Amino acid sequence: MELEEAIVRSAALLGAGIAMGFGAIGPGIGEGFAAGKACEGAAMRPEESALLTRTMLIGQAVSESTGIYSLVIALLLIFAV
Amino acid sequence: LIEWLTDNPGLMENAVAGSRVLGAGIAMGFGAIGAGVGEGYDAGEAVEKISRQPAVGGELTRTMLVGQAVAETSGIFALVISLMLMFSEPEEPGIEVMGAYLGSGLAMGLGALGTGVGAGIAGGQAASSIGRNPGCRRSVMVTMLLGQGVATTPAVFALLIAMILLFAQQFGLFMGNSIEAAMAALGAGIAMGLGALGPGLGTGQAAGGACDGAGRAATDDARRDVTVMMLLGQAVATTPAVFALLVAVILAFGEQILKLGAEGAGMVESLPTAAAMLAAGIAMGAGSIGPGIGTGMAAASASQGTGLNPETNTVLTRTMLIGGAVAQSTSVYSLVIALLLLFYAV
Repeated sequence: MELEEAIVRSAALLGAGIAMGFGAIGPGIGEGFAAGKACEGAAMRPEESALLTRTMLIGQAVSESTGIYSLVIALLLIFAV
Repeated sequence: LIEWLTDNPGLMENAVAGSRVLGAGIAMGFGAIGAGVGEGYDAGEAVEKISRQPAVGGELTRTMLVGQAVAETSGIFALVISLMLMFSEPEEPGIEVMGAYLGSGLAMGLGALGTGVGAGIAGGQAASSIGRNPGCRRSVMVTMLLGQGVATTPAVFALLIAMILLFAQQFGLFMGNSIEAAMAALGAGIAMGLGALGPGLGTGQAAGGACDGAGRAATDDARRDVTVMMLLGQAVATTPAVFALLVAVILAFGEQILKLGAEGAGMVESLPTAAAMLAAGIAMGAGSIGPGIGTGMAAASASQGTGLNPETNTVLTRTMLIGGAVAQSTSVYSLVIALLLLFYAV
């Protein structure tokens, strides 16, 4: 392996780790916040729990998107670069 | 740089000593943040409640001190590792042991941070809850101690990895000069240190919510439900720390499991492998922060809600577990990427 090639490959792998690691922070906290609020709501109005769960899941799905972007970028960096 | 170090034994010895004391500083410096913030929050909550009702002052001071004593544990772990790093002697100076010493400091320093804050939040909420309703003192104390015990688990994982890295050469690990193994040691420290941060904080928040809920619950049955909900939520919030422990153990025994640092591998060939080891540590470590904190927030609200309105227990368990499972997903992605980096990319 040439030095240039080794440096590019190393940087790509390191980048994959950083992309997935730090990219996972936001969705984790955000989705947990949504789940917490859904629990708070369900404790006050248990009869609305189906609506709350549905809204929570839609909101979480949107906030998951950046985590999936990170996953895609990390996979691309590992396999395609 | 590495050739220059290996050619000059005196320089190498100094470099190893430098990484050792740097690790000691990192361990104690970061390790002090958590306990400091957490215990301060605890004291603040207690003082606030005492100012409203001075009659329960003695009670609240006792609760505060018990909570602070548990929150102090992680700070003491950091002190122990820091002192051990300062006075340990490597059997054979090399760049691998430099990585291990730095990793040991990072694992314990960052690993103590989340737990210190989390256990402090639990203590503070307990003091606040007892201040509001002094009659439920016993059950709030039990919930607090149980919750703080679980919140300390990630710091115990971090202590374990810090010890393995600290005594690596006594176990015959990290004896040589391979850059791959050095980065694996550093990666193990980063994975466990960052990986303990989120779960420590999250489980602490869950315990805080449960202390609040236990103070509001009307019956003994409801208080028991609150504690059960807390433990369930904490189990979910601890999962990322378990993933991080797994990755850290694989990295720490990288020479055996991944066959790192094989003879004859040149500097250029080993560069991508070294990067993959470090990247696996960063991916899993940082990837645990968010899910740990997030699932902890869900568990806190569910425990609080159970105390307020015990008949919603089943609905809350379901909502918490569904929401927690989704919030957990990014830590699973991180685990997948970390394992790919460890086993495939090499």
